Amino acid sequence: MGSYEKPPAGTHPPLDSPSYGSSRLRHPTMTPLVIPQTVTEVTGPVLGERDLGPLDADLTRQHAGEPLGERIVVHGRVLDGDGRPIPDTLVEVWQANAAGRYLHDLDRHPAPLDPNFSGAGRCLTDAQGRYRFVTVKPGAYPWKNHHNAWRPAHIHFSLFGRAFTQRLVTQMYFPGDPLFDHDPIFNSVPDLAARQRMVSAFDLEATEPEWALAYRWDVVLRGSHASVFEDES
Amino acid sequence: MTGLTPSQTVGPFFAIGLPFEAGPYACEQDAPDAIWVRGTVYDGAGDPVPDALIETWQTSPTDFRGFTRCATGPDGSYAIRTRRPGPVPGPDGRPQAPHLAVSVFARGLLDRVVTRIYFEDGADPILSTVDPSRRATLVATPHEDGYRFDIRLQGEGETVFFEF
Repeated sequence: MGSYEKPPAGTHPPLDSPSYGSSRLRHPTMTPLVIPQTVTEVTGPVLGERDLGPLDADLTRQHAGEPLGERIVVHGRVLDGDGRPIPDTLVEVWQANAAGRYLHDLDRHPAPLDPNFSGAGRCLTDAQGRYRFVTVKPGAYPWKNHHNAWRPAHIHFSLFGRAFTQRLVTQMYFPGDPLFDHDPIFNSVPDLAARQRMVSAFDLEATEPEWALAYRWDVVLRGSHASVFEDES
Repeated sequence: MTGLTPSQTVGPFFAIGLPFEAGPYACEQDAPDAIWVRGTVYDGAGDPVPDALIETWQTSPTDFRGFTRCATGPDGSYAIRTRRPGPVPGPDGRPQAPHLAVSVFARGLLDRVVTRIYFEDGADPILSTVDPSRRATLVATPHEDGYRFDIRLQGEGETVFFEF
């Protein structure tokens, strides 16, 4: 069992991000204690024993009718930092509907709910680490972080990889969103190149003619390359 | 090396996608070594956090899922049922005391924070590196049908969080 490489500085947002108001009372103030990666950290759950339904990865077919909005395919690979695909790992997604409204009691945005859209999906990656969802493009929505705050359109992603160390919850964005410059959550990632890695790419090849546009987004979890270097030294 | 994907907050609406019915229950209800671990997540003002997600992972015992997931309720509380872990190998071959690894996700947390639940303050290669005045934040306390483990994200009694 190798150990997993530390993320380069600037990859992940600082927990203390004053422009994101909700972080104020929720970020720890003490420096985290650095501990070695033990068997607990370099292993992780094998999920998917829950029966995945055939419609779990198609968010447009979970109800009697089709949801309103722009139908899209979202696909890509789950990789580790060494570029190796991670097969058979659970990918979970959730999102607002095309009008920018979540199916959640606490979402007070006065945009319509869609009786044909729940906004949750999951799948396992295939042997090459690939995942694929069919959904509708989520709308932007207002929130109360600051005056006239709007979130850029995004899909939430939850990933496990192979190890507790690789666990990641993140958000996928859409290319060219005019709200990027105004969003403290997107901009909480210090490194510009890392920030851009949260933005999917329009993928003409994967569009389905007469049916759906497509976006491609690879997710990269921590790799264990460092241990190879150690072995070589 | 391929550039890593950054973390983003789980946000306030993860309940539509992440919790699942069996999530808090890693084992059969009548498993002989099953325990409840219950607790409350608090913010820096001492208020309960009603929209956090707790996940636990353990490698011992080996013959079950070892993973739980529980969203906190309106009162900030969570409860998971799992099997009591045993010792596992640690660095340099020294055993680690029984523990659960914990991830905490919440609106306001741009990345998860990770900690451990121990069941007693004993010999352990990780616990022994923790400032003695803060060690108690990592040790669950015996409770009616299992243990209590509160998580304080910020301020007085702040839980010790790890990086690895």
